Amino acid sequence: MNSIYTFVSGPLVWISFILFIGGSLYRLISMARLARKKDIIVYEYTSLYYALRSILHWIVPFGSANMRKHPWMTFVAFAFHLCLLIVPIFLFAHIVLVKESWDVSWPYISDGLADILALIVIASCIFFLARRLTVPEAKYLTSLSDYVILAIVAAPFLTGFWTHHQWFGYKVMGILHILSGQVMLVAIPFTRLSHMIFFPFTRGYMGSEFGAIRHAHDW
Amino acid sequence: MPAPATTSAEKTEVKTIVDPGIERGIENLTPEKTTQIIKSVLDSEAGARFKTYIDICVHCGLCSEGCHYFLSHDGNPLFSPAGKVKQTIWEIVKNKARVTPDFLRQAAEIAYTECNLCRRCAMYCPFGIDIAYLIMMMRRICHKLGVTPQNIQDTAHSHSATYNQMWVKEDEWIDSLHWQEDEARDEIPDLRIPIEKEGADIFYSVIGPEPKFRTQLIYKAAVIMNAAGMNWTMPATPGWDNSDMCMFTGDHEMMGRLKKIHFDTAMRLKSKRIVMGECGHAFRSVYDVGNRWLGWKMPPIPVIHAVEFYHELFQQGRIKVATKFEPPVTFQDPCNIVRGRGLHEIARDVVRTTCETFIEMEPNREHNYCCCAGGGVINCGPSYKIKRIQGDRIKADQLKAVMEKGARVVVAPCHNCHGGLEDILHHYGIDMKIKFLSDIIYEVMEKPAQK
Repeated sequence: MNSIYTFVSGPLVWISFILFIGGSLYRLISMARLARKKDIIVYEYTSLYYALRSILHWIVPFGSANMRKHPWMTFVAFAFHLCLLIVPIFLFAHIVLVKESWDVSWPYISDGLADILALIVIASCIFFLARRLTVPEAKYLTSLSDYVILAIVAAPFLTGFWTHHQWFGYKVMGILHILSGQVMLVAIPFTRLSHMIFFPFTRGYMGSEFGAIRHAHDW
Repeated sequence: MPAPATTSAEKTEVKTIVDPGIERGIENLTPEKTTQIIKSVLDSEAGARFKTYIDICVHCGLCSEGCHYFLSHDGNPLFSPAGKVKQTIWEIVKNKARVTPDFLRQAAEIAYTECNLCRRCAMYCPFGIDIAYLIMMMRRICHKLGVTPQNIQDTAHSHSATYNQMWVKEDEWIDSLHWQEDEARDEIPDLRIPIEKEGADIFYSVIGPEPKFRTQLIYKAAVIMNAAGMNWTMPATPGWDNSDMCMFTGDHEMMGRLKKIHFDTAMRLKSKRIVMGECGHAFRSVYDVGNRWLGWKMPPIPVIHAVEFYHELFQQGRIKVATKFEPPVTFQDPCNIVRGRGLHEIARDVVRTTCETFIEMEPNREHNYCCCAGGGVINCGPSYKIKRIQGDRIKADQLKAVMEKGARVVVAPCHNCHGGLEDILHHYGIDMKIKFLSDIIYEVMEKPAQK
């Protein structure tokens, strides 16, 4: 058990971060080069002002007409994405690990708050699952991979919550927690989770087309 | 959300439309040829946008709200924007371009007759995925395969043979202009439609259907130009037609030739700028699609749409309103000049200047519902008419609502909107009239003869 733990919390961490960061950079650079070759208009028409204008409208809750049409989805989607970022970065237990290794640290949130935020992520995943199963337009588009991706995202939070509360088999769960977190990191550049890295570009490009060329709003 | 009205299987069953253009195209293909052609299009034309759009779509279905077909079919997911991409482009990507004739038949019908490329869904997708671009890619593939609906292909052939959409011969074109000049001289004796005048301020271009069956619009434009004292001209040669069905069949090469001759003709006449008639798709083609194909970041000569031109005339006091148009009007925002050029506010200015009472449709401006005729859909012919009308029931609801508020006339500065709305009003029994802005301006303006 200890050797497995040492492996997943040592070399695997390095591997997963290298794959996450290197993979993201690779995706971005190769896409930028492909765009230079085949979609030169993306460079020609992108306007920083209109790109940011569009992005701003879409990262502010209820900033677009469609968000107001789906208030529950909007509420859950924003809560989900916020908590998804806050918990792993500002969790005390994570910061301690970094401090022990590199003597670097930053402010943390209380464990109680982290519990609540983690539960919000898990509940949001259940909401997304239910939505995929019941809302016809989402159900029609859903394939197996969508469930797998949802599971990849939910797993680190489920296992982390479990481990933190030291429930039955929490040592195994701790290892699964680290593993699932690594799987998620590696999945970001290579699956639909890559919307994390590409969102600013697709939204920004559409915002530029709508704003600079078509003189219209896109929200 | 109610359960979908039809399942995929039922939808296939009700597909009774047999399009000779699509059928003949499919007959000429072999599986190898199909795959090879699709691959060549994807290899040479589908780049970073295509790849990113396919890679990041999280299948959330939030774009659905953007689509009038989806809303009109009680939320049937087969008509949602992403649903249509799933039935076309995703299949091609998933199967690595190995597709069956049945797939092609359905994909062509979806791409050409179940999407108006109105780009409303781009404002509903949280990621800003350009779904119309993906559907257009499907059309491009269909064009390369030779699998296109017969009627719209006929207009594309007309473009190739005559440089205009309606098989109008050169002498017929000149004759139509003379005829309208003659007619208008009854009303305004010194009126001219100056043909081939060099160095005019304005090169006025229209779409093929104007000389063919809406000739009165050329008459009215001439009256407005004369009343405003504009220095204008229309060409005698091909290049007078600014329309572009090739853009919608996926024939980009021909689209480029059409835009080139249009720009070239305006430049040959040393005109200062192009003013286009009240057409939406032509504006899209000249302003942000065709010019790009030719490598012009923006059109090589200033281009404005009729709405901008009329607004300018009122701003500068070149034409005056004698008596405002009385029946209460509402305004149909055409996708290609509103989502495509942001003319919604100035169009309203012109409407308010010329009409007594103006009542808004809901939703409006960028969020207005499409007429369901644009994007080449109406040009796919009468076999798809019912489908087009059923696919825009939501438009009928929107029009009924504005009629209940008192509106009697819909002002629509776009030819396709006219075609689409006429069918919708008629089919759903809505008692409203449709007018172009030039119809209204012609009716209410001070005419030189009356001064």
